[in-house]
Amino acid sequence: MAETDFLVMRGIRKSFDGTQALKGVDFSARLGEVHAIVGENGAGKSTLMKVLAGALRRDAGEILMDGTPVVINSPFAAHRLGIRAVYQEFSLVRHLSITENILLGQMPTRRLKWLVDWKLAHQQAAQKLAEIGFTGLNVRTQVARLSVSQQQMVEIAKAAVTRPRIWILDEPSAVLSQEELKRLFELIQRLKQESALILYISHRLEEVFEVADRITVLKDGELIGTVKPGEADQNQLIKMMVGRDLGELFPRRQPNLGEEALAVRDFSRAGSFEKVSFSLRRGEIVGLFGLVGSGRTQVARCIFGADPPSAGELRLEGKPVRPRSPRDAVRAGIAFLTEDRKRDGLVMSCSIRDNASLATMNQVSRLGVLNVRKRDARVQEKVSELSIHPAQINRLVRQLSGGNQQKVILAKWLLSEARVLILDEPTRGVDVATKVEIYRLISDLADRGVGILLISSELPEILGMSDRALVMREGALTGEFPRAQASEERLLACASGVVQ
Amino acid sequence: MSIQQAKKSSIFVGAANWLRSLFLGGTGGADGKRRWIDYAFLGAFLLLLLVAATMSDVFFTQRNISNLLRQIVTNGLISLGMLVVIVTGGIDLSVGPVVAFSAIVVSGMIQNQHLPLPVAILIALGVGGLAGAFNGFMISRFKLQPFIVTLATLGAIRGLVYVYSQTPITPEDPSFRTIFGMPILGPFTLSILIMLVAFLVMLFFINRTTAGRAIVAIGGNEEAVRLAGINVRRHILLAYIISGLCAALAGILLASRLGIAQPSLGVGFELDAIAACVIGGAILGGGGGSVIGTFGGVVILGLIDNLLNLLNVQSYYQQIFKGLIILFAVLARRKDK
Repeated sequence: MAETDFLVMRGIRKSFDGTQALKGVDFSARLGEVHAIVGENGAGKSTLMKVLAGALRRDAGEILMDGTPVVINSPFAAHRLGIRAVYQEFSLVRHLSITENILLGQMPTRRLKWLVDWKLAHQQAAQKLAEIGFTGLNVRTQVARLSVSQQQMVEIAKAAVTRPRIWILDEPSAVLSQEELKRLFELIQRLKQESALILYISHRLEEVFEVADRITVLKDGELIGTVKPGEADQNQLIKMMVGRDLGELFPRRQPNLGEEALAVRDFSRAGSFEKVSFSLRRGEIVGLFGLVGSGRTQVARCIFGADPPSAGELRLEGKPVRPRSPRDAVRAGIAFLTEDRKRDGLVMSCSIRDNASLATMNQVSRLGVLNVRKRDARVQEKVSELSIHPAQINRLVRQLSGGNQQKVILAKWLLSEARVLILDEPTRGVDVATKVEIYRLISDLADRGVGILLISSELPEILGMSDRALVMREGALTGEFPRAQASEERLLACASGVVQ
Repeated sequence: MSIQQAKKSSIFVGAANWLRSLFLGGTGGADGKRRWIDYAFLGAFLLLLLVAATMSDVFFTQRNISNLLRQIVTNGLISLGMLVVIVTGGIDLSVGPVVAFSAIVVSGMIQNQHLPLPVAILIALGVGGLAGAFNGFMISRFKLQPFIVTLATLGAIRGLVYVYSQTPITPEDPSFRTIFGMPILGPFTLSILIMLVAFLVMLFFINRTTAGRAIVAIGGNEEAVRLAGINVRRHILLAYIISGLCAALAGILLASRLGIAQPSLGVGFELDAIAACVIGGAILGGGGGSVIGTFGGVVILGLIDNLLNLLNVQSYYQQIFKGLIILFAVLARRKDK
């Protein structure tokens, strides 16, 4: 059974507003395998998966399960066929408990049909969580209070209730720390043993090689090929994805370190982190690595004045500063690219122009009146410099791809000419080609004397980019490694508290 | 698309482009690609004019046009303030009593305190600005929901109006009526010109000032704006002050037109203003809204009232018709997505 293709998608076509997202894709997969689907942003992998999950209707093509054609015209129809998708954006009801979310629509009742049997409900929910190897959470907890990775586990547990045969995991690792990723992989192995088909979409090729049995590459809405992890290496895969050689992923650079740009001493925020001290020189890229929940984002937010620290000092170019708001920080020359561009990085309903100029409107205005010509010229310049596509500054950022959205945020902070740049997961959810561009840009900025604090949970990124790497664990700075001494094992050990 | 349709839409686009070129920077709150629906109100407007032309011979007289324009001044100004608030993602339910408050204060200052007209007007505007500032302060400082805060002040300000005067006040100074009500340019009185200028000022404010762009962005994503180093609180406060000022100005002009200020004035005005904004494409909850669209909404609502009056349709039917227009406007947008 496992050797024949259980799922066959034939000649799938889909277009949006005249652009063809899928140009007749033939895709097939078996039960009991982890099948990764990779490709750049816009390659069509999400579209293909949404067609399978019933979230989008295909224009042409057919889908066969177990040899028989099936009708998938709604997510509900897909559910009934045993297809479940877990997307990056969760479908949880945030103000309800874990129990209610997992058992949504099928809460156990008492003899009277309208009375919820809460005791049984909590038991069932806890059991569902335990089944996917996730314990240690009170199922009465409100979902809104959970961390992103915990929410993802709830989402998966919710999907698992119906025992699906085909799982679609869309970028499941984007929000996970290394530890949590391990747990996810264990879960995937378990699902695989129960002979489910797991379709795994990810930008992170290391992971794909680790978890997948087969890898399918999509490019520009076409299926380029399917390989086994043993048959190709990462570089070959990247070549298939982008159709050309990218060269080095990380730019080589000779750091030219200047004066101290930023110094943080005994920085604390009650409940988040304690006594964090480090410094950053002009022209230096300092990587800050830590698992989710280690407090790295909170440190950045406090430096930027978005949250108040409870103790500690901050020095900017030798002078003590105390930003009480992001406004103070921006004026002092600090910029902060946040980790979640949709939540707090971009105004989706506004144009590229508005977003890129948001932090620097006072530079192109007089007495509050904008010089729109000057503003537009400055934005246009950055748009071409960063090759943002489309290059029309009145386009709404909502219409851009993830990589281009990220570039718009970068444009905003480039315009501010900040001397200290804090980047929190700058390449999250961004395709490989854009990643390379962003790395080059970061490197160029450092060469121009900007001090850069690069927060990331991707070890290769930290190792490839930083001149010095810092590690945080449970709210404390636990390690500092010069480039020569930083290695994947060391950083990971330091971040997870393993003594070497 | 037939040639005729193509021609028509190109006229709309042309007109809008002309307006846009006046102010360089997009007409709407969220500029970007415009689609047919953004001009749909123009179609509705033309349709109503057509109905008027065929069904009423009084409609196109200068007297009626002037009446129509003077009638829409009130809703026009209130809607303008409402739009700014809606664009930030808020709402201002308290505009009705603010209209009454400023109307009765300006009348009282003229009639009882015998203050000169400009002083009385400034005091009345100040009252509106204060009311708006109070709303804005509570909302921005304590992060309260705009609906709740302005629901509370909707009642409270109405109470204040009755505390000030339980009986109507009639300002007998004749200049208070004539200065705003005398035709200056054809059918245009000063009050109409004030409203038109207010719309132009708002168009400029939204598109060409840092505060305007910040307000538009706040409605889309408040946290992103805060993290871009913009003082969000101050801009939200500003939006409610603008709304209070616009309502107060509407109240002054309304008192001048009616020649009497009743404490019960302005009941339900907030609904017409919200309706005008929504017909014009504003999105409750923030992230969209258009000055020109709102003007269109105001004109359409005014036209409906005026036409149905001329045709002797009872006011209950007017309400039904208005309700349908609002639903249609929202439905048309929904389909467009």
